[in-house]
Amino acid sequence: MSDEVASREELLKTIDYVPAKQDLYKPNLEFRPGTWNYPANPKKAELVDLPYPREWNPTDLDWKLPENWKEIILKGMEERLDRYRSLRVYLDICVRCGACADKCHFYLGSGDPKNMPVARTELMRSIYRRYFTVGGKLLGGAAGGRELTEDVLKEWFYYYYQCTECRRCSVFCPYGIDTCEITMMGRELLNLVGIGINWIVEPLSNCFRTGNHLGIQPHAFADTVEFAMDDVEEITGVKVNVPMNKKGAEILFVTPSADYFAQPHWYTFLGYMMLFHELDLDYTMSSYASEGGNFGLFHSAEMMKRLNNKIYAEAQRLGVKWILGGECGHMWRVIHQYMDTINGPADFLEVPKSPITGTVFENAKATKMTHISEFTADLIKNNKLKLDPSRNDQWKITYHDSCNPARAMGLFEEPRYIINNVANNFYEMPENTIREKTFCCGSGSGLGTDENLEMRLRGGLPRGNAVKYVKERHGVNILTCMCAIDKATLPAVVDYWVGDVEIGGIHELVGNALIMKDEQKPRTTDLRGDPLPGVEGSEEGGE
Amino acid sequence: MSTLFGVILPYAAIAIFILGMLYKVIKWGKSAVPFRIPTTCAQEETLPWIKRKPHEKLDNPSNNLAVVGRMLLEVLIFRSLWRNTRAEVKADSQKLIYSGSKFLWLFGLLFHWSLLVILIRHCRLFFEPVPWILDVVENIDGMLEIMIPTLYLTDIAILLAVTYLFIRRVVFSQLRYISLPADYFALLLIGGVAVTGVLLRIFFHTDVEAVKELAMSVLRFSPEVPDQSISWLFYFHLAMVCTLLAYFPFSKMMHAGGIFFSPTRNMANTNRVKRHVNPWDYPVKLHPYHEYEEEFHDKMKQAGLPLEKE
Repeated sequence: MSDEVASREELLKTIDYVPAKQDLYKPNLEFRPGTWNYPANPKKAELVDLPYPREWNPTDLDWKLPENWKEIILKGMEERLDRYRSLRVYLDICVRCGACADKCHFYLGSGDPKNMPVARTELMRSIYRRYFTVGGKLLGGAAGGRELTEDVLKEWFYYYYQCTECRRCSVFCPYGIDTCEITMMGRELLNLVGIGINWIVEPLSNCFRTGNHLGIQPHAFADTVEFAMDDVEEITGVKVNVPMNKKGAEILFVTPSADYFAQPHWYTFLGYMMLFHELDLDYTMSSYASEGGNFGLFHSAEMMKRLNNKIYAEAQRLGVKWILGGECGHMWRVIHQYMDTINGPADFLEVPKSPITGTVFENAKATKMTHISEFTADLIKNNKLKLDPSRNDQWKITYHDSCNPARAMGLFEEPRYIINNVANNFYEMPENTIREKTFCCGSGSGLGTDENLEMRLRGGLPRGNAVKYVKERHGVNILTCMCAIDKATLPAVVDYWVGDVEIGGIHELVGNALIMKDEQKPRTTDLRGDPLPGVEGSEEGGE
Repeated sequence: MSTLFGVILPYAAIAIFILGMLYKVIKWGKSAVPFRIPTTCAQEETLPWIKRKPHEKLDNPSNNLAVVGRMLLEVLIFRSLWRNTRAEVKADSQKLIYSGSKFLWLFGLLFHWSLLVILIRHCRLFFEPVPWILDVVENIDGMLEIMIPTLYLTDIAILLAVTYLFIRRVVFSQLRYISLPADYFALLLIGGVAVTGVLLRIFFHTDVEAVKELAMSVLRFSPEVPDQSISWLFYFHLAMVCTLLAYFPFSKMMHAGGIFFSPTRNMANTNRVKRHVNPWDYPVKLHPYHEYEEEFHDKMKQAGLPLEKE
C-alpha cells in the first residue's frame, strides 16, 4: 500500500492550517481512497447480532439505510443524552475557544478543518441543537442547528472514524470536553443503522467466538505459545513452560493476542515468558480469555462488556487469586476505567499481591488486575531481578506513552523506571509530545488497517516528527511503547516519517537484560536474534 | 417606558435566568454517569515509592479532596488553558513546531476575573449600608485614578479582553471557521454592557442614588420607578444586562455551570480502587466458557489443553 501514498515532501505540502473557505455545516462527502475504512462484513456483523448487516460501500450514493434510519438515530441520541452526562454536558458547554484545534494529530497531519476536535463535535452538536434544544428547534440554522440528512450521517462516518479516541484534546480543553466521548457516541449511533467498519467488527466478532481478535482457535494458540517457548530456548538455552487453562494457578495472565502472533510484539512476549520462568511464577494463560485488547470499546459500550466479560469469568472458572495484564493501550483503558463497572464486582478474587516481593497492589484493590509494568517495577525496586543493562547497549531508546495508559490511567513512571534499569541509553522525546501530552500513533481505536494508510500516516506525523527529533539529536534507534496497536502500526509510520528506527516493547528490553539462573552460557544474541555488540569481550555478571 | 425597562424586563430576565439555570442543571444532574472517566494528566497513585509532586496529585487526583483542588485550579486560574500551545508545520524543513501560546489564557483570565469584580462592585446597588468589603474591592480596583471619576482597572481589562477575544475570532482563520453567530453575539453583548457601563460612569452620569432606589425596590418586590432622573443610557445598559441574563442559560455561557459537571475533571482516578456502579447497566449476550469448549472440544483435546468435559 505504501507506494500508493505520496512522498513525505508532497504530503507535507498538502497540509495547510488555513481552512479553505468551506462551511462548517456543509457536509464533506469527499471519500478519497486512503482516508476511510472498509465497511463491516455482514457475516461477521451477524455473528454478534449487529443490526442491519448488509453489503454497502461508502463511495456509493445509496448506503442502503433502513427506512426509518432518522428515527433510529434521533431516538438513539435521546437515549444517550440521558445515559451519558458527558454527552449532554459536552454538547451544551463548548465555547469554541479553539484550544483543542491544533492538538489533534489528525488535524495536524491533514489540515482538514473538520478534524479540529471542536469541529468534529460540532458535526453532532449541530444535530443536538436542531432536535433537542429550544433555540435550535425555533431558529434552526441561526442558532447553530442543522437538519439530520443522509449526508450528515455520511460525514459522521468519515470523521468519527478519523478520531482515534486518544483524549489529547481533553487535556487542553478548559472544561475537559473529551472528543472521545463524542466519537464513541457517534460510532454507537452509526452502528444502530448498520454502519460500521470491518477492522473493528471482524476482530470483535472473532474475539466473541474464539477468545481473541485474531480468531486464533485454542489448538493454534497452544501451538504459537510453544513456538515462543522454542524461541526462548534457542536464545537463552533455557526451557520455559507456559501453563495454559490451568486450574488453581495463583495468577491469570492476560495479554493482547498480537503479543503471541505479531511482530515486534513477539519479543515482548518472549520477555514475559522469561521473566515468569525466572520468578517461578504460579500463573496460567487462558485460550478462552486469550485477548487483553477489546475492540468492543471502539464499537459500543455493550460490545465492550460482552467481550470483557471473559476475563473475570475465566478467572473465576480457573480459581485464580488475581489477574496480571500484559503491555497494552486501550486494553488498559477498559480494565482501568470500565471492567469493574461493567463486569464486576470481582469478589471471588483477592487483592493482587506479588508472590515475590509481598507487595500488595492497593491501587488495584477493587478491580484486582495489575499492569505488568507495575509488577516488574516493583520487582526491580526490591532487587529481585538480576539485570545486565549492557545487553541493551545496541539500542538508543526513546519511549512513546500510549494514549490510554497515559490519559485514562496515568501510567508514566513505571515504564520509565523499568527502561532506565534494564538499559543504559534512554532519551525522552520533546515535552509537548510525551506523557499526558503524548501523540497517538494515528492508528488507534480500530483504524490500524491498510485501506486508510494515508490517513494513518497523516495522523502519525506528530509522533514521527518527535521521533525524528531524538533520532537526529541522540541517534535513537528504537521507539519503545506498551500498546499493541502502537507496536503493530508504528513501524509503517516511523518508516515513512523517519526511517531506520525499530519499534519494541518494554519487556523485550527486560528479557534482553534479564540474567536467568538456568542460563548455562553467555547470550550471543538479543531476543530478535541479532548478535549482541562485542559479545565475546563482554562479561556476564550482576549489576 | 421606564416601568417596562426598569421593572418588567429585569423581573422577566431574572425569572428566565433562574428557571433556565435550574432546567439545565437538573437536565445535567438527571443524566447518568455510567463510567468513571477522569482525564489523567499526571502520574497516578500506584506504588508508594513513586513520589508525586503536589501539582501531579491535582492533575491526577486520587481522592475527592484532590478533585476539589483540581476543579479550583481549573475554575480560578484555568489550569488546562495554561497548557495551550500553537503548532506550525514547516514544509521546507519537514518539521512540526510547538510554541507556547498563553494569550488565550491571559485574556480569558482577565475577562472572567474582571467580570467577577465588576459584578461584586455592582452589589453596592443592592445594599444599604454598603458592606465594608465592597468598599475594599472598589478601592483596590480604583487604585489607578487615571481619570476622574475613577476609571476602574477591571473596566480597562474587560474592554481589552473582549476586544482581543473578538478580534481573534475574526483574524485567525481557524477560529473564523469554527465561530458561530452565537459566539460573536455573546461577545458583542458583554462588550456592549461593558461599554455602556463605562460611558455611564465617565461621560454620561446618571443619578446613581435613583438607580439604587430602583434596584432596592425591585429587590424588595415593591418596585417604585423614580422620576426622570435616570437616563435612557442607563436603561439601555440595563436592557442589555437583562438580555444577557435571559440568554445565559440557553447559551454556551452555561460553561460556567457545566464545568462542575464535567466527568473528565470532577472525578477522582480511583478506578481500580473503588467500584463505580453504572445505574443503567443491563445484562448482555455472552459467550460462556462451556459453549466455547463445546465448539472447540476436539481441537482442545488434541492440543492437550485441560477440559471441563473429557
